[in-house]
Amino acid sequence: MADAGRHPNITLLTMSEIKEITGFVGNFRVRVLKRARYVIEKECTACGECAKVCPVVVPDEFNMGLSTRRAIYSPFPQAVPAAYVVDINHCLGHNPIICGRCLEVCQRRCIDFSMNDEELTFEVGTIIVATGAQPIDPTHLDEYGYGRFENVLTSMELERLINAGGPTKGEVIRLSDHKRPQSVAFIQCVGSRSTHRGHPYCSNICCMNTIKSAIMLKEHYPEMEVKVFYIDIRAFGKGFEDLFRRSKALGVRYIRGLPGSIHENAETKDLILTVENTATNALEKHVAELVVLSIGLEPPEDIKVLQEMLALQRNADGFYLEAHPKLQPVDSASRGIFFAGCAEGPKDIKDSVTQASAAAARAMRLMAPGVIKVEALTAIVDESKCTACGLCARVCPYRAIVVDPKTKMPAKVTQAACAGCGNCAAECPQDAIEMSHFTDEQIESQIDAILAEDPMEKVLVFACNWCSYAGADYAGVSRLIYPATNRLIRTMCSARVSEKFVWRAFARGAPVVLVSGCHIGDCHYINANHWTKRRVERMWKKMERLGLRRERLGLEWVSAAEGMRFQQIMTEMERIRSTVTPEEVRRTMEILAQEKVTGGNQK
Amino acid sequence: MAKKAMSDSPRIGVYVCKCGSNIGATVDCAAVAEYASTLPDVVHAVYQSYTCSEPGQEQIKKDIKEFNLNRIVVASCSPRLHEPTFRNCLKEGGLNPYLLEMANIREQCSWVHALEPEAATKKAKDLVRAAVARTSRLEEKTELEVPVNQSTLVIGGGVAGIQAALDLADAGHKVIIVEKNPSIGGIMAQLDKTYPTMDCSI
Ligand SMILES: Cc1cc2nc3c(=O)[nH]c(=O)nc-3n(C[C@H](O)[C@H](O)[C@H](O)COP(=O)(O)OP(=O)(O)OC[C@H]3O[C@@H](n4cnc5c(N)ncnc54)[C@H](O)[C@@H]3O)c2cc1C
Ligand code: SF4
Ligand code: SF4
Ligand code: SF4
Repeated sequence: MADAGRHPNITLLTMSEIKEITGFVGNFRVRVLKRARYVIEKECTACGECAKVCPVVVPDEFNMGLSTRRAIYSPFPQAVPAAYVVDINHCLGHNPIICGRCLEVCQRRCIDFSMNDEELTFEVGTIIVATGAQPIDPTHLDEYGYGRFENVLTSMELERLINAGGPTKGEVIRLSDHKRPQSVAFIQCVGSRSTHRGHPYCSNICCMNTIKSAIMLKEHYPEMEVKVFYIDIRAFGKGFEDLFRRSKALGVRYIRGLPGSIHENAETKDLILTVENTATNALEKHVAELVVLSIGLEPPEDIKVLQEMLALQRNADGFYLEAHPKLQPVDSASRGIFFAGCAEGPKDIKDSVTQASAAAARAMRLMAPGVIKVEALTAIVDESKCTACGLCARVCPYRAIVVDPKTKMPAKVTQAACAGCGNCAAECPQDAIEMSHFTDEQIESQIDAILAEDPMEKVLVFACNWCSYAGADYAGVSRLIYPATNRLIRTMCSARVSEKFVWRAFARGAPVVLVSGCHIGDCHYINANHWTKRRVERMWKKMERLGLRRERLGLEWVSAAEGMRFQQIMTEMERIRSTVTPEEVRRTMEILAQEKVTGGNQK
Repeated sequence: MAKKAMSDSPRIGVYVCKCGSNIGATVDCAAVAEYASTLPDVVHAVYQSYTCSEPGQEQIKKDIKEFNLNRIVVASCSPRLHEPTFRNCLKEGGLNPYLLEMANIREQCSWVHALEPEAATKKAKDLVRAAVARTSRLEEKTELEVPVNQSTLVIGGGVAGIQAALDLADAGHKVIIVEKNPSIGGIMAQLDKTYPTMDCSI
């Protein structure tokens, strides 16, 4: 930790949050908000004189509220940076200064209440997302009485109690009477491995953490009775089984079965656990003076903010989704962005560090050549067709197009800024924009080829590269069976799907067409899929006007992790297809031939 | 616009991959290859055990010379997995890497239609037909080369962020760690002894 604080190549921005990230691999532009610390980081020697005089006393979050701190404080003794910090929400007032006692005692004059939040911008070539996880709050799991019974703690709280630097200097005590408990019961999988309470996944670290804590208790207090209630003990890692055995040798008792409920003896504040021992099938009662809930890990509360900003994807458990679960475990689907640690899923320190080194190596590999090749999938304007209407510039999520309707200056695309979504090409009423490698002609040839034989039997699907096509791949990897009638056409973004593609498909006898993309908010091209939605809604209106059944055109969002959802949607689309008669398709073809809607991007 | 490649008329090679039994046990790859050979612009179509393997790729490179192929269709797994592999193969074989199209007959065919081999084979033929049609219209592309900034942003200063930052910084890269709390350290800073070594964490 300290090494990171003093490394000449590392700039540490604490109390900071990412406001915006733009650009692309090799050239990301980052905007950060650094909140005022009110103590000059480089000047403060962490003498602590200020905290001694500060009159404000609040619970210390670092010690899980088991102790208190002042409004001016050091987060913890080994903090990096070591400087004190003013908790401005609790300080009696800095503008104007109400109390100011800390100012008076600080000899180095490093407390500065005129400090402001700062905005910083800089450029980087690669990004590593290491935002970690948060311990699960078990308050809502009421059967264990956390929050109601004083002597029910979480494993995180026990960590602070057992810590020599913690609020009790390492003495494990009960909160009700401040006495050392004679018996401690650990309950495993709290908030984990349950499909109806908390999270369905295994949090990975809690079994070993309990074994560790149980050993520490037995080593400190050999006479203490320590029991562990569990479903399975997962001690799969190197050296783990040894620790498990060691704990048993020290007298830790393992009982298979999770307590159904916990009651408190109102007088002694002891806890009574009722549990069905699944090894003996007997209903047992156990008394413990202290209960420790072995809580798991969940994604940080604010994970969505960064996820949307970087257009990253998450799996059903809520953690970031890697580009490939086996072959690219630390890459995100976006080039130049990598994952390390619990951000990608719950894991212990060793695995977090391993992943971090892997992510660093992947980033270095990408930066090493000094230049990077980017796919030439950009938009190209045919100036002779452009009427300078300005619609394309309006829909471009990257503001990569300039066009001036007043002076009739034709649209111009900045190649370096264009991400290649194709939204502009789908929007242009003059067909003046061609997408490189995803031209109208190329896509139309795929539509025609698919519908050339037995069109009635087909479900034509447009799928975006990042989410829905990846979701279809995931269904495949998971061997999820669905009807063999669908035919996918891949585009980079669902916003590439021009309305004319859909009309063309119907005009050539497609019974059903599906447009699919990333969930709203997860679009790989900022918000291009909003335009997908608008186009499909416009087409639905038109279909109604023309007397076509609108359910024949589907719009679905599928993430890269939603293989099952893809399977369900394909099954549903097949159901709709089976309701379409040859007569209906023939009528559609007649209507569309009269309407001549198959020409340009007609609205 | 780069219409260059359009001028020489398309000569497409189609490679249908059995992927061992992954595709081969469900899709009749021989039939798909034979069907492919009847499609417009296709001058050569074969099936292979593993197209992505060394011999598989060598075959493509050899055929490019022998049959004077100028475009390639590979019917195998997802382009999300092996498109870079085959683009590279084309490059080594002397073709522009963008003159490649993949038909996904594994993830989106054999693996999900394992109970309907006939329908799966039919679908594979459709996918190859669409891929061939698209391939006839592919154009050469040159990738843009952009300079890469040599610094890295690490978001989150827990043990993972710290380790990644140190590795990069030791290798000479500038690193910026953005941490929302007043100190780095994350959860680990709150732990005393940690498994499996039972030593101090900080
Ligand atoms: C009770 C308990 C006991 C444990 N015991 C052990 C043990 O004995 N041995 C072991 O190997 N492992 C143990 N672990 C697991 C260990 O804590 C984790 O493996 C490790 O902390 C993961 O590190 P990380 O860097 O991925 O995430 P974290 O430690 O969660 O760090 C993430 C950091 O990112 C910051 N952050 C988050 N979001 C943002 C954002 N948007 N912007 C800026 N910064 C952000 C956070 O403030 C935090 O500093 C235990 C975990 C718990 C809960
Ligand atoms: S000014 Fe604020 S931080 Fe300083 S001593 Fe008073 S209350 Fe505490
Ligand atoms: S393709 Fe997308 S990013 Fe590029 S100019 Fe068009 S709308 Fe903008
Ligand atoms: S939408 Fe088409 S016609 Fe309108 S300005 Fe853009 S390129 Fe020109």
